[in-house]
Amino acid sequence: MTEKENKEKEEKPRHPLSEVFDMYIRNFSAVCAMLVLIVIIILAIFGPSLYPTDPFEMVWMPFSPPGQEGFLLGTDYLGRDLMAGLVHGARVSILVGISAAFMSVVIGITIGALAGYYRGTVEEILMRLTEFFQVLPTLLFSMVIVALFGASLPMIVIAIGLVSWTAVARITRAEFLRIRELEFVLASRASGASDFRLIFSVILPNALPPIIVQAALMVGSAILFEAGLSFLGLSDPNIVSWGQIIGSNRQYILDASYTVTVPGLAIFITVLAISLVGDGLNDALNPKLRRR
Amino acid sequence: MKLVFAVIQRVFYAAILLLAVIVLNFFMMHLAPGDIADSIAQTMGGADEEIMNEIRAEYGLDKPFLTQLVQYILKVAQFDLGYSYFYTQPVTSLILSKIPATLLLVITSQILALIVGVLLGVQSAKNPNGISSFVVSMLALFGYAAPVFWTGILLLIAFSLKIPIFPVAGMYDVMVEGSFFVEALDVLKHLVLPVVTLSSIFLALYSRLCRASMMEVLGSDYIRTAKAKGLSRNEIIYKHALKNALSPVITLAGLQLSAVVSGAVLVEAVYSWPGLGTLAFNSILSRDTPTILGILFFSSLVVIVGNLLTDLVLRLIDPRMRGSE
Repeated sequence: MTEKENKEKEEKPRHPLSEVFDMYIRNFSAVCAMLVLIVIIILAIFGPSLYPTDPFEMVWMPFSPPGQEGFLLGTDYLGRDLMAGLVHGARVSILVGISAAFMSVVIGITIGALAGYYRGTVEEILMRLTEFFQVLPTLLFSMVIVALFGASLPMIVIAIGLVSWTAVARITRAEFLRIRELEFVLASRASGASDFRLIFSVILPNALPPIIVQAALMVGSAILFEAGLSFLGLSDPNIVSWGQIIGSNRQYILDASYTVTVPGLAIFITVLAISLVGDGLNDALNPKLRRR
Repeated sequence: MKLVFAVIQRVFYAAILLLAVIVLNFFMMHLAPGDIADSIAQTMGGADEEIMNEIRAEYGLDKPFLTQLVQYILKVAQFDLGYSYFYTQPVTSLILSKIPATLLLVITSQILALIVGVLLGVQSAKNPNGISSFVVSMLALFGYAAPVFWTGILLLIAFSLKIPIFPVAGMYDVMVEGSFFVEALDVLKHLVLPVVTLSSIFLALYSRLCRASMMEVLGSDYIRTAKAKGLSRNEIIYKHALKNALSPVITLAGLQLSAVVSGAVLVEAVYSWPGLGTLAFNSILSRDTPTILGILFFSSLVVIVGNLLTDLVLRLIDPRMRGSE
């Protein structure tokens, strides 16, 4: 009886996600990075209510070094609490990163899927479009968009999303070209599945693993991108972000270098964590590695 | 003959890409709130309706949309990108005066990143578990995650402020005058930190890719033949393997060109390097639309020409590329 039960247990196929989870857990640095990332996300969500000091308000003497008078990270050139800026800025950086990455993944998947599925003229046109966007210097193009159409948060997300979808489109197209020739796709085509169904529920789910990895990396790049734009002064002046703190304090590095180094470190740690999580996902989702 | 045909084809294709950039510029100019008349009026400190209409007529803004598009394309094709009312000179000559500085920065940093990246990559491919492999993986993580302007500021704090070896900003020292050699040395001194900063992003990319492709090449049959012939390890690697291992690296370097230009904008802003990036930064602050769009046009031109050159270099060093045509 028990033997039979055991046998059944062994033969029962495991859910693929639990397999992925097992692989991920074995990767020490990826797990650490995930923990760091969770802490940063919690900070971004609850930080502003736990640490309600207004990041734009002058609270103490300018340039007071970290650790004095209860200001953990000191104050900047206008006497604003740097810790408050860091905590409130986390929300903007993460939010912009995730929404811009989401936008570019949606554009990239649409273009790549259509190109890879229909091939022929459609593919030709869409891939030329992709090449066109690869030629435009990304940062300059989004600087132009933000400069011409205003530096609001949604416009910054659009500017970043619009210039960074090309990698996703290429990956999606390559996966579609490969998968569309496989037998199970042929089988569903033979049983009369529509193009829409074939693209979105037959091929796309199987093309997802490399796209997910790329999407994770895109969140990191989008955070860097936003930081670069706001470092150049192209950010919503009423919303604090990490890059903006660096940009507004950079003239004062002689008086207070920590106002520049500390927010930069926050960006660095966040993007590093995201990239390690991406590497972990890559290893866990790659079936060739899993068999080893 | 095949090569000539392929080159003509590539040039034709590059021209179409450039045309697309011009059209994009035109559309952005039209979609943006406010037109040239508004921005001119703004720099003049306000103007009445009559003058505004005069300016609009002068720029042909009262003509139908398609006529304007064709006129714009024809103008840009003659490198007439309009007039910058902020800098009070034609945009083209303004930009041409800034391009050499940016090219110097971009080309030097790419050469540095390629040379050091390839050497590191080869070194770590020779010895996959050695110290250089570790350095390559650390560099890759740092190069991806560190914001380039932050790296720049850190280097600035370390090597200009704390240990004053290099100048803080700019491209020349006004106090330095003398022979060509003296002035070149001065520019070189200003160039070091910006170049190191900009190449830090790409060094990691190139070394990682070179490592991977070198390891793949070292596993192939002709390398085994070379070993069997009794060639030395360095001869095998640098004379036989490197040529083949290089071509993906060069392809990647070509694809990175638009990212290099983007990185240069940030690096220039950190070091006040007097190139296109600083010009872009200043013209955005002063809402100088013709200059901003002109920079987008010229920097795309730089990327397109760069891609063309990469393609040619690849054809020259890699016969497999020629065969595919």
